[in-house]
Amino acid sequence: MAARDGGVSCLRRTEMIGIGIGELESPPSDSDQVHVLAVDDSLVDRIVIERLLRITSCKVTAVDSGWRALQFLGLDDDKASVEFDRLKVDLIITDYCMPGMTGYELLKKIKESTSFREVPVVIMSSENVMTRIDRCLEEGAEDFLLKPVKLADVKRLRSYLTRDVKVSADGNKRKLVEDLSNFSSPVTTSPPPLSTSTSMESSESTRPSSPVGFISSSPESSTSPVDSPIRRREMKSLGLD
Amino acid sequence: MNAGIAQLQMQFRDYTISLYQQGFLDDQFTELKKLQDDGSPDFVAEVLSLFFEDCVKLIGNMARALDKSTGTVDFSQVGASVHQLKGSSSSVGAKRVKGLCVTFKEYCEAQNYEGCVRCLQQVDIEYKTLKTKLQDMFNLEKQIVQAGGVVPQVDID
Repeated sequence: MAARDGGVSCLRRTEMIGIGIGELESPPSDSDQVHVLAVDDSLVDRIVIERLLRITSCKVTAVDSGWRALQFLGLDDDKASVEFDRLKVDLIITDYCMPGMTGYELLKKIKESTSFREVPVVIMSSENVMTRIDRCLEEGAEDFLLKPVKLADVKRLRSYLTRDVKVSADGNKRKLVEDLSNFSSPVTTSPPPLSTSTSMESSESTRPSSPVGFISSSPESSTSPVDSPIRRREMKSLGLD
Repeated sequence: MNAGIAQLQMQFRDYTISLYQQGFLDDQFTELKKLQDDGSPDFVAEVLSLFFEDCVKLIGNMARALDKSTGTVDFSQVGASVHQLKGSSSSVGAKRVKGLCVTFKEYCEAQNYEGCVRCLQQVDIEYKTLKTKLQDMFNLEKQIVQAGGVVPQVDID
């Protein structure tokens, strides 16, 4: 296998493209953006979730199985994942019902790992089964989304993420390192480079990934416990809509 | 040609509303439209196209699994494909197809062969009907745009 540095993510990018439309990654230096790993065996669902996430200004990597998700995260073998310091995954969203490895099993593996156990994991399912929801929450899932997933659901997820789409200290540092002659000039970030689209979709959005104007922090979730996703599931199953 | 555009827009609006009223589409289709913009103007059409390809594949799987000439019918295999179709139809707002899948799934669980065969036939007809209806809808959109008009946003109550 290739050296476990940026070369690996390049290798994987081409591997991922082979599994279907919709795998898209920005270069790893673009650490300002929220990066979501989406896992779903259904192509239609993958396309939809990817679009939902991208519209809310997330960088998305979409894979079709739990196994590929582990591979992407470097958890598929038992090697220490120090090489993946640069792999920033801010949220993992996975379907529950998948052949081979279920979303629940994937959740467990992520929570068992040292590198990614802190990453919030959200489970999606078409079935509103309380025992299933409870199991996932007990195992450490952040939230449980009932399919079909809507824009409002995804917007709410953004509130879990500590990383916001803004100028980070790292971004400033990078700018300074790159251009020492401007050391005394006011620190501004140039807009991050356009995501290189290697997707086969011709309609792929080409909007710039500049954070300005895309901070869609419209807090759809109120802080009232009644409105929290967990409560909403409970109320739904009791027939209280 | 303003009268022409206005007429097309009205046709489009009426047609779209009828699709919802007749139960072909539900609010998840509306959700998909929210994801379409100038950067991705054909998003809905593309997702639906993938969905219809999925239909062909999954219905083929179901038909093969229900083929008695190959031996005893494996209802769990049929059910697995039905489950997948139920999922993707739900994700695109294909309401009638989804509804049929719910019934179909019950027949699979009951191992009711005749029921399954009936559902298979119905779901095949249903996805094809939806495909034609949506093609008509997308064509109206195209005509509006070609005439220099804007596709109206249709509010479904």
